[in-house]
Amino acid sequence: MMFRIQPAMLKIVAAAWLLGATGAMADTTLEFTQWWEPELPAGSLRAIMNDFEAANPGIKVTLVSGPYATTRDQISVGAATGTLSDVVGLDGAWVNNLNAQNALADMNPMMDASGFDKTQVADIIKVDGKAVMFPVASFVYPVFVNMDLAAQAGVTKLPSTRAEFLEAAKKMTHADKNQYGWVLPLSLQTPSGVQNDLMSWVWASGQSMMADGKPALEGKPVVDMLTFVKSLNDAGVISPGIATKTEQEKVEEFVNDRVGMMIDSLAHVNLIRERNPKLNFDLIPVPVVENYNGKRGLPYASWGIGISAASKHQEEAWKLVQYLMSEKVNAKLVSLANAFPGNVNAKPDFVTSDKAFAKAFEIYKTGYLANEFTGLPVAEDLMTKFDVEAQKMLAGEQSPEQAAANAQKGWMAKF
Amino acid sequence: MTRQKRSHHRLKRAVAPYLYLSPSLLIIGLLMLLPMVTVIGYSFQNSAVLRRDPSFAGLKHYQAIFADPVFWASLWHTLYFTCMSVVFHMTIGMVFALMLNSDRINPTLRNILRVLYILPWLFTAVIIAVIWRLLLEPNGVVNSVLMQMGIIGSKVEWFSSPATALHAVTFANIWAGYPLFMVSLLAGLQGIPRDFYEAADIDGAKAYQKLIFITIPQLMPIIISISLLDFIWTMQVFPLIWITTGGGPIYSTEVLSTYTYKLAFSSYNLSQASASAVVILLISLGLTLLYIRCQKAR
Repeated sequence: MMFRIQPAMLKIVAAAWLLGATGAMADTTLEFTQWWEPELPAGSLRAIMNDFEAANPGIKVTLVSGPYATTRDQISVGAATGTLSDVVGLDGAWVNNLNAQNALADMNPMMDASGFDKTQVADIIKVDGKAVMFPVASFVYPVFVNMDLAAQAGVTKLPSTRAEFLEAAKKMTHADKNQYGWVLPLSLQTPSGVQNDLMSWVWASGQSMMADGKPALEGKPVVDMLTFVKSLNDAGVISPGIATKTEQEKVEEFVNDRVGMMIDSLAHVNLIRERNPKLNFDLIPVPVVENYNGKRGLPYASWGIGISAASKHQEEAWKLVQYLMSEKVNAKLVSLANAFPGNVNAKPDFVTSDKAFAKAFEIYKTGYLANEFTGLPVAEDLMTKFDVEAQKMLAGEQSPEQAAANAQKGWMAKF
Repeated sequence: MTRQKRSHHRLKRAVAPYLYLSPSLLIIGLLMLLPMVTVIGYSFQNSAVLRRDPSFAGLKHYQAIFADPVFWASLWHTLYFTCMSVVFHMTIGMVFALMLNSDRINPTLRNILRVLYILPWLFTAVIIAVIWRLLLEPNGVVNSVLMQMGIIGSKVEWFSSPATALHAVTFANIWAGYPLFMVSLLAGLQGIPRDFYEAADIDGAKAYQKLIFITIPQLMPIIISISLLDFIWTMQVFPLIWITTGGGPIYSTEVLSTYTYKLAFSSYNLSQASASAVVILLISLGLTLLYIRCQKAR
């Protein structure tokens, strides 16, 4: 039997194919890999993407979401194989490695071509002169103080200097009741305690762990910080189990009234309230060295954003980056994340509605964001090396000077 | 039947077994051999995985890990952790198996003990790690009990002190792993003919003599097989150590698995991590060959 195609049918099929093909050509689909979606209220990032798609007809966004660690591994492999998504969520600690792999696009030409106002962004992360990342949302790390424990210990004035901090921690410590002044998590499983709980003391006083782009761990700022931490340890004011304590356990101890003070992410405020609604706490900036009156560096972790060098849709990808960095959208995103904005003009709504966040925003505005691990090669490995030397110091195996010198040696091998 | 047909039939008969085996061979090739060969290949490349055009590195990465004192410390910790675990798994497993096999214990109590003794086997490594972290933390139950009994004068940081951390993780692993021996030996004990013991009773043998001259020789094939398997598995333990100590404090619980993991995902040195993984593979391979030899001897 012969199969005869009707001419009318053929025309319809051809027209449908043409329509589909042109439609497919008109729509650019951007892939956006990040770990933010699981950490935001369900559906909220997708809603922002839908708004972007409505404002930019012809561009669709596919979200590739996963937990932080999975995303990190996925991005490393994607960078190596040239399959990195068009737009990628970044941690400052990764950008050096990714740049070494030539995986990230330089956003300088895109900014220039589109007349982007660079003064509106809080920071532009550059590696070898290339603008590779914008911090979209920043999670700052102030000191949380348990006000009830402080009042019971007779701490009426919250510490502003390191000496005052030591005194307050001593007063709050009652080892017989399992109550300590401070908590320091230095687990090697997640060595971020080096950045958040140790180096934050250096940055708070406007100091640096670097000099001319190289590590300067043997310098006075880092040695003084280690000496100070050792003095806290010698005074017995740090909650025991330092070498295996994780950030999660740090928060648990604070929530359970077992420590008076901790340096922690503002992102944990809601978690702390959920775990112990009765906990009466306040926030202060990280104390500084004596007689320091300058601006205080505020440690932070951020959700950064960048564009893949291998992306075939860099123009569209830049539109998405611009959109997320714009004042209104950025304010909306950081309000959902309880973070501080990447756009300096954006004002998240929680700073007016919540006392703790309002206080933190005040600290944020009077200081500056500081995290020198951003952009360093193998940042996590550097933290691990420093962590081991700090642990040796706290175990009494070496002095602060030796710890700094050994860490410097380990770091230099990586630069 | 013509000669051509006969040779065709012979060929079909010769090929048939391989055709039956081909699905398994394909799966083994894809899931085991290919990753293994790839990792071996990475260990001879510079910037493996991270660069699209990695150069040949020769034995550089092997030299680097053999020159690293942390690698040798990890190897020593692995051997200590594994040997102690296997010895205690075997000893505790044997004691409990003998207890559960004994007629002198009330059957109801025996059934209760059977359930209790097997409990650690039901927990995943993560749960075991969390349980022991809570029990052994400075303010945990263990310190509290030991202080009340007057055995220790002050709180011991079991996992956080370099002096005790390796012993503490080994202890947690011993607790988690003895049921394998217990169950295997119990099955073996139940298979020993009673005639042997009756003959020994007639000869006036004492309990320890029956244990040494009947029970242990009869169980020896099981003891050797399970010990070798346990040695191979324990050598590769990762989650328990990672979650309890992360390899610390100060590398005091760093074992080959955590050392390799850190090279890969903390230092992003996947070439050296591959070299370290190949070393683990070679050790495991040696033990596996020993195991196969023992099985053949049986």
